[in-house]
This record gives sequence, structure tokens and C-alpha cells, in this order.
Amino acid sequence: MEKFTKVTGVAAPLMRENVDTDLIIRIERLVSNTGRQGLGPYCFEQIRRLPDGSENPDCILNQAPYRDAPIILSADNFGCGSSREGAVWALAGMGVKAVIAPSYGDIFFNNCFQNGILPVKLPLAEVQLLADEMKASPGNARITVDLETCQVVSPTGRVIAFEVDARRQHAMLNGLDDIAQTLSRKDEIEAWQAADRAARPWVWL
Amino acid sequence: MAKTLFDKIWDSHVVSDLGNGFVLLHIDRVLLHDLSGARALRESLENGYVPPHPNLIAATPDHAISTMPGRTEETFAPGAPLLRDLRANAARTGIRLFDIGQDGNGIVHVVGPEQGLTLPGTTLVCGDSHTCTHGGMGALAFGIGASELGHVLATQTLVQRKPKRMRVFFEGPLAPGVTPKDMILHLIGELGTAAGTGYAVEYAGSAVRALSAEGRLTLCNLTIEMGARMGMVAPDDVTYDYLHSRDYAPKGALWDHAVAHWKTLPSDPDAEFDREHTVDMARVAPQITWGTSPEHVIAVDRAVPDPETGPEDKREAWRAALSYQGLEPGQPIEGTRVDWVFIGSCTNSRLSDLRAAAEVAKGRHKAPHVTAWIVPGSERVKKQAEAEGLDRVFRDAGFEWREPGCSMCIASNGERVGPGQRSVSTSNRNFVGRQGPGARTHLASPAMAAAAAIKGAIADVRKL
Repeated sequence: MEKFTKVTGVAAPLMRENVDTDLIIRIERLVSNTGRQGLGPYCFEQIRRLPDGSENPDCILNQAPYRDAPIILSADNFGCGSSREGAVWALAGMGVKAVIAPSYGDIFFNNCFQNGILPVKLPLAEVQLLADEMKASPGNARITVDLETCQVVSPTGRVIAFEVDARRQHAMLNGLDDIAQTLSRKDEIEAWQAADRAARPWVWL
Repeated sequence: MAKTLFDKIWDSHVVSDLGNGFVLLHIDRVLLHDLSGARALRESLENGYVPPHPNLIAATPDHAISTMPGRTEETFAPGAPLLRDLRANAARTGIRLFDIGQDGNGIVHVVGPEQGLTLPGTTLVCGDSHTCTHGGMGALAFGIGASELGHVLATQTLVQRKPKRMRVFFEGPLAPGVTPKDMILHLIGELGTAAGTGYAVEYAGSAVRALSAEGRLTLCNLTIEMGARMGMVAPDDVTYDYLHSRDYAPKGALWDHAVAHWKTLPSDPDAEFDREHTVDMARVAPQITWGTSPEHVIAVDRAVPDPETGPEDKREAWRAALSYQGLEPGQPIEGTRVDWVFIGSCTNSRLSDLRAAAEVAKGRHKAPHVTAWIVPGSERVKKQAEAEGLDRVFRDAGFEWREPGCSMCIASNGERVGPGQRSVSTSNRNFVGRQGPGARTHLASPAMAAAAAIKGAIADVRKL
């Protein structure tokens, strides 16, 4: 897993609810691209591009200073919809390190932690305030997201605490590999399976 | 202590308590499709992890294959390497693959129950958010991303945090024209797309008990559109009758053993839920979506809502949705001209769905300007429907009868609704661009979709 400790940079306010994973990455990009890299140019293409393929100047992600922002601010239910991890790979490919929103699609939320992108949960009013502070000082405003202290520092220096599962925080700070950790419990898994074969033989094909 | 259906399955699958609310959960069934599944299996093997229990894994191509009659794996060329990759790696690891044209091929969430791979009381995962469908059989089933899928392939387990419990009762008889699809769309309209986030949902009540096994799969299928990864219905005689003698279901003494276990699964009478909600079926009419989120849904005889009189925090989203969909606030949704009708997807492509659509199409003809597709959910559904003559009914009505696959639900195989064109679809997502860039989607039941094809416009199936 990719490590994440802290990011400081511009935060792009994409203040709409229900940003779904289809909007983040179109499915056909995951048919033709079988790796995890190279999806950045297609991230949010339905709003970043016009139907003729040219750049949409009205999209905030194409405007200075928000282009290439490492942080995205959004409203409720960010990453809802499909399980496609390509949504997270596309965000990573675009240079995004953290998202700040009130709530997330459950599967997307889990996928973020597998890829070193930190999904921070803050109340909508707080996210809106961060967006307002960003817009009040375009070009100069920066936000810091610190996983060690579990704090967001706003452009005006306000410090906002957020919560994260201790297990996930530890894994992300240290870039731990889930599979290797689980395989260290191989004996436990096999003991469970042996008991289950006796108790529920009908499960075992 | 009294337990819910969900708790009973979850607790009995905990291999280890990892602390901080996380557990190592055993996974009994893994289903792979040709996008996330092929990728996860390849990555897993590249990383040196060989699945220790290939017998518990099954694969079927569905997302990136053409559904054109007479199709081969090359018909949609970009998908062919994915299928070849899946085929080779399945053979190498001993994973069962239901290849194109074989019995067992089809949409992964149709095939699992149909083949008896999906069983009550089991844990089941797939790299696909609509894995919640399998909860209709009383399984604890949920969608996961590619990395988590890789973890399951390598270890037959998953690190998970226990969700909260929600129970939704549907009480009362289904009114004429109302189907399981209308029940779940209505619920999402009442509660919104994020109401289930962080929950496992159990559907209960007299209307759920009265549903067929296939109807329960449809109900559970849209659970993720309410934000919950898991939706379940307690197994009962309807479930057992459906599963009995299916290919991979237990047989003989093992069957009796299994049923005895399954009968212990329903939630205890005094089990507690973190949230409960009741839907009065008297208030549920045939539904149709008007916007770009499944929560943008109304009864078909209602008008498109006006953002200016809607909830303040929804107004901007509603305005954007109406603009994308090309609809005016206050206009009756009925009569809106449509270009496409798609009947298929893991929501509504089973035999009972096709029968319901055929009943509407029989003896009628689609409107000349509409292209109407029937995409059966699996090879078996297709064969059974043909044996009943449903293909003939559809063809006579001017519909296209196609091969099984996900097709126009997700448009990952090149089968798309054109920009600005309007579709009535029996699938589960009306997101911006879901059926193709610029496509406008209205979700509805198979009968409603068939009615739209006949009328050439969004229609109330009760008036046909």
C-alpha cells in the first residue's frame, strides 16, 4: 500500500453531492487500460472535457489555481455507485492525495485506503467553509491534511480535527500490506476452515 | 442474545478479531467477471499469490462481451484480451469458468443463484457493487474493489469492519402494475441514495415474504443505490424451492443438512436493529426516474418536480439533473418521447422479468422510432425463454432478441445509447453518461419498459 502522512496544497471545490464513480472514471477506460496507471487524463472527463474532446473551461478542475490540485472538496456521498477501483486510480493519476467530504460511498471509501488516498470526513458546513476560504484567496490559499495528527489546517489557519479508524491510520502511515499481514495468520484461517468443513460440509464444493 | 440474520452470518464467519472494530472474515464464495475479476486474478498471480481454494471461485464474462446475435469473443474486440486472460488464468488455477455460449454463462449476479452457487448463510463477494443482489437468497454478499478482491483470492478472507443493521419492512399487497423494482425505487425515493451508507439492510414484511426468489434478487440488487453494500432477505421455503436440485447446490443428505442450518438463520423476534423503516405498499405505484440519481424517482402518473420548490440542499442537483435530462419542471413525465428501451441487466433480466415484459408486448408492436432490446441475463434464461416462445413474442413486437451480458446497463462493451437520446431501462443506474456519453436514462420495471416501447414514450403500464 502507498504511504500517506501529510499533504499541503490547493484544494479544488467540487461542491456537488453524489459524485459517482461513473463520473470519476468512465467504464470503457477500464476496458482498454488494464493497468492501474495512466488513468489521470480520463479522470472526470465528462465534466473536464466537452463533447468534442476539448477542454471545458467552465470546469473548476481546469481553472487556475485548481488544476492539478492534490485535494478535492466535495459534498455528500462522494464516490457512490460502482465498486470500480479505477475511480481511485484515476484520482491518484490526476495527482489527488486526499478528498474532504461529509460522506462517501462505502466501497470507494475502502478502496481509497488500499491506494494511499485519504478520504477525510468533515461536516458539510465545514467543507463549505474550506471551499469559501479557498475561493477568497485564489492562488495563495493552501490546505493541509495531516494523518498523523488527524487534523486539517484551513487557508486561514483554523485547525479542524477529523476522525479515522486507528487500524487504517496505522496501515496508511506505514504503507502496510494487508495480504502479507493476513497470510501471517494462515494457521488460524486453516483451523477455521477445518472446523467449518465439519460443521457446514455443504458449503465446500 | 437475540441476533439478526446479518449478525448470525457475520459472527459465524469471523476467523480473527483484529481489534479496533475490524475482523478477518471468511469468504465462502468468490465470483469473477471479465473486468474486475480478470484483472484481480492476473494481478494476484503476478504477485505470486495462487488462490488456495479455487473450488470456491467461479468466473463468467459479462461486462466486455458483445450481446449481438451470433457474437463471438472478437465481436467487441477490446474485450477479447480480457476474456482470453481470464480463461487462461482460470484454467491455470482450476477456477470454474462459464465461457461464452455455455450453460452458466451470463451476468454474474444472475448466474450465481441460477447455478446454486449462491446459498443462504454463506459469505459471497465479487468485484462489483451489485453483488448485494445475492442477498435475495439469504447470503451475506457485497461488492469490493480490485485490491480487496486480490486479498480474497490470496487468502479466502477479507479484513472488514462490521456495518450497522437496518431493517426495512414492506407491508401490504402489491397493487396492480407494481413490481419488486417499484418497491425498491420507491424506497430509495423515500430515504435517498446515502441512507444505507454504513449499514447492512434486511428486507422484511408481508410484501417481501410474498415475493418470488427472483423478485427478492431484484429488490436486493438496488440496495447499493441506497448506499448500503449488503441487502438481504431471510431464507424460507421460497428460497429452498428455488435452490433445490440446482447444479451446485448441495444434494441428498447434504441438502437436508444445509436446510436445517438455513432454518436457524432468520432474525430472532427480539433482535435489535440500528434503524428501521416501514413502507406502506398502498402508497407504492409504478415508478420511473426523472433525473440522474436513483433517488430522483416519482410515480409514473406524477409531474417532474420543480427544483425551486424542492428541498434547499437538493435544488442545485435537481436543476443540473433536469438540464442534463432535457426535462421541464412540472411537466407530466408520462408521454415523454423515448428513443431506446433496454430490458436486461442484473436487476431485471431473469425469466420472470422477461415474462412480465412479454405479457405487455404480446400482440402489440413497438413504436416505429424506438429501438427496443431484450438482453437475457444468462444463457439458461435465454434458452428457457425461447422454450416458452418469449423470443417470438418479442420479435413479433419488433424488439431485438440478443445474447446474454451486461450490455447497455453499463455500456462497457460498446453498446450505447447515443448522446441526447432518451432510454427507458430496467437497469439500476441513471447516472450522467451511464448508458453512453450524453445518454438520458429513466429506470423502470420490465413491464413499464415494454409499455414505453409500445407507446414510444414513457407510459403508465396500468393504462395499456
